[in-house]
Amino acid sequence: MLSRTADSLYWLGRYIERAGNNARGLQVALRMASLTRDVAQRDSAWRALLIASGCEPGFRETGQVATQETVVRYLAADPSNPSSIISCIEAARRNGRQVRTALTVDMWEAVNETWSEARRSTQQTFAPDNLPVFLDWVKSRTVLFNGAYADTMLRDEAWRFVRLGTMLERADNTARVLDVHHHALGGTEEDGAVGYLQWQAILRSVSALRAYHWVYHSRLEPRRIAELLILRPELPRSMVACYGRIEETLDGIAASHGGRKGECHRLAGEMHARLRFGRIADVMAGGLHDFLTATIDRNLELGRQIQGFYLQA
Amino acid sequence: MTTTTPAFDEMSADGLVRGPYAEIARWLAATPQEALERRRREAELLFKRIGITFAVYGEGGDPERLIPFDIIPRILARAEWDALSRGLVQRVKALNLFLLDVYGGQEIVKAGKIPAALVRENEAFRPEMQGFVPPGGVYTHIAGIDVVRTGPGDFWVLEDNCRTPSGVSYMLEGREAMLRLFPDLFARHRIAPVGHYPEELLETLKSVAPPNCRGLPRVAILTPGSYNSAYYEHCFLADEMGVEVVEGPDLFVEEDVVYMRTTTGSQRVDVIYRRIDDDYLDPKVFRAESVLGVPGLMAAYKKGNVTLANAPGGGIADDKAIYPYVPEMVRFYLGEEPMLSNVPTYLCERDEDRAYVLDHLDELVVKLTHGSGGYGMLVGPHSTAEQRAEFAARIRAKPAEYIAQPTLALSTVPTLVDKGIAPRHVDLRPFVLCGKEVRIVPGGLTRVALREGSLVVNSSQGGGTKDTWVLEDDPADITTPVGEAG
Repeated sequence: MLSRTADSLYWLGRYIERAGNNARGLQVALRMASLTRDVAQRDSAWRALLIASGCEPGFRETGQVATQETVVRYLAADPSNPSSIISCIEAARRNGRQVRTALTVDMWEAVNETWSEARRSTQQTFAPDNLPVFLDWVKSRTVLFNGAYADTMLRDEAWRFVRLGTMLERADNTARVLDVHHHALGGTEEDGAVGYLQWQAILRSVSALRAYHWVYHSRLEPRRIAELLILRPELPRSMVACYGRIEETLDGIAASHGGRKGECHRLAGEMHARLRFGRIADVMAGGLHDFLTATIDRNLELGRQIQGFYLQA
Repeated sequence: MTTTTPAFDEMSADGLVRGPYAEIARWLAATPQEALERRRREAELLFKRIGITFAVYGEGGDPERLIPFDIIPRILARAEWDALSRGLVQRVKALNLFLLDVYGGQEIVKAGKIPAALVRENEAFRPEMQGFVPPGGVYTHIAGIDVVRTGPGDFWVLEDNCRTPSGVSYMLEGREAMLRLFPDLFARHRIAPVGHYPEELLETLKSVAPPNCRGLPRVAILTPGSYNSAYYEHCFLADEMGVEVVEGPDLFVEEDVVYMRTTTGSQRVDVIYRRIDDDYLDPKVFRAESVLGVPGLMAAYKKGNVTLANAPGGGIADDKAIYPYVPEMVRFYLGEEPMLSNVPTYLCERDEDRAYVLDHLDELVVKLTHGSGGYGMLVGPHSTAEQRAEFAARIRAKPAEYIAQPTLALSTVPTLVDKGIAPRHVDLRPFVLCGKEVRIVPGGLTRVALREGSLVVNSSQGGGTKDTWVLEDDPADITTPVGEAG
């Protein structure tokens, strides 16, 4: 496969996943904002979302103050923010169009129709009353795309590169969501009600609130939330689940290339092993924030290694 | 001949339905307008969903536009097509021989059949190709010959396209859409298939593999990228042929061999169907600033390590100033009389031609010698005095850049428009493939001028397309009165 084709497929997967993650993040932040009376606390929740999505530096450059209105606009609609939902959809479609022939018709239609619909969005689309509808729509479109490629793509190299993009982006998102709220999970006692709200928010943003109850059958506890999202393989958005698929996918690519491997394979294997055999007690003892920052850094490094080994060969 | 002459309608001439259209006429008479409208919208949806778009330059608005598709087919009887295709094969053979000659011994110039200056001073002439014989001796592997019709047996070649003719994907997708929308109509006709075009194209490309190719030739399509107006077509053809569509930066040349960058390392490429212009192919030989091409590509080509299709320099054969000499080429190289006629053409460069053109601007079509796509064109009978004055000034300033032709009364075919079914002018672009042998799939791309009275069929100028049917069983050209058709 052309390196450029692999690159486009990988970024197609990443951008669709990022659009969905942004929508999830915004949904949860909106919910929190509507439940919080304290204005200062509300704005700090919006800042937290900016940090979780990795968009904080870019937002700071715009010189705006983080309020619901400015953050929603920046994360959902701003074309100058490369990670805004609208930009992600645009970038996903651009990458998809580059490799139109590597996509199945169902995948292409999922991307293309999302894009043409998104292009019709106006300021009105992002108005407070309409925003929930838009965010639900984005989430359903990413689920549709993921389903389309899971259901219709040949299990060949093209499929593996899309999946690699999806899983790396997802692992990264889960780590960031946790990291932003690490205070609430880190054991330091916070105001009970707010803490509980944050725990709920974390679980909701990765669609895991019900999963928590099914897995633990108990009330929310920070350490268990961290365990669920980092170490439990049965949660599809947990870091260990994502890394399991990343390793498997990279190995699949290597196998189809006669076993040719590089640093990206080693790194993915190492990270998967750590998550697979790690214990939550040790993670918490070493500091959740340090663990997550190190993981986010390694995610970035893995992305760079994949880029160098396969995508810019 | 001007548009005031009533145009020949391919379905119903003189109030009678022509044989090939008998079934269609019955169908049109029996189908209510709303039903047709609904089908038209369904067709549009199909095209939109598969993303078959065409970029229109410099007009703003939606950068990716659908070419309107008309659901009423254009139909040719087998005998009509056979005569036409024989003429096309003959013409493309002559064009290829001309290219070999013009970059070789230039016998046709020496024989005084074509003025030397017209060749040597032509912008489209590529001195880089002199003395080089492309693999298989083929220059123009894919030629699009634009044909218009003015009467039952009167076909004229309007222009030749020997560089990178596009549009074949519309022919193929148009047929697919029609098959999905009107299975019953297809069942009532025996229509020659066109779907094997990509296979024929691949065979053609493989048959001209370079001398140093070992094993099965690896073919790739070279595209300028996703912002090119025909990008959809590049991907479509690559997909149908099962080959890669590559951009310049995906390729590199090492020791005069062309490779593409892949996830498993570099892979040798043997035949490149390039859809970028000569100028951008190789910054080392042509335009230095080109980022679309591949440095060193021409050296690899000259060494016999890769085939370029179409070969660089083919533009000299489809130049509008050379066009009047094509019948002469047929006689010179093949010793045959041309089966297809040229449209009489005035070269503004010639004093007596120019005087005539300037006197008859209101009757003539004036075209740029090197232009394409219907840009920079004057259709005399539809022009204003102001436009004519502007063209007169331009012709006087740069006569060599203009040619003029009589305004032909292009044939019409019934077309679904806002007000119902009405005749609209059409042309036809058959695609002629030239490798070890010459192949044509029956029919081609029919383009239709959707505006009432308009003679400009280019998609950039509001033209649409139609499916083109060649009927296998030959309904003799027996006409039935229109009233009895239903």
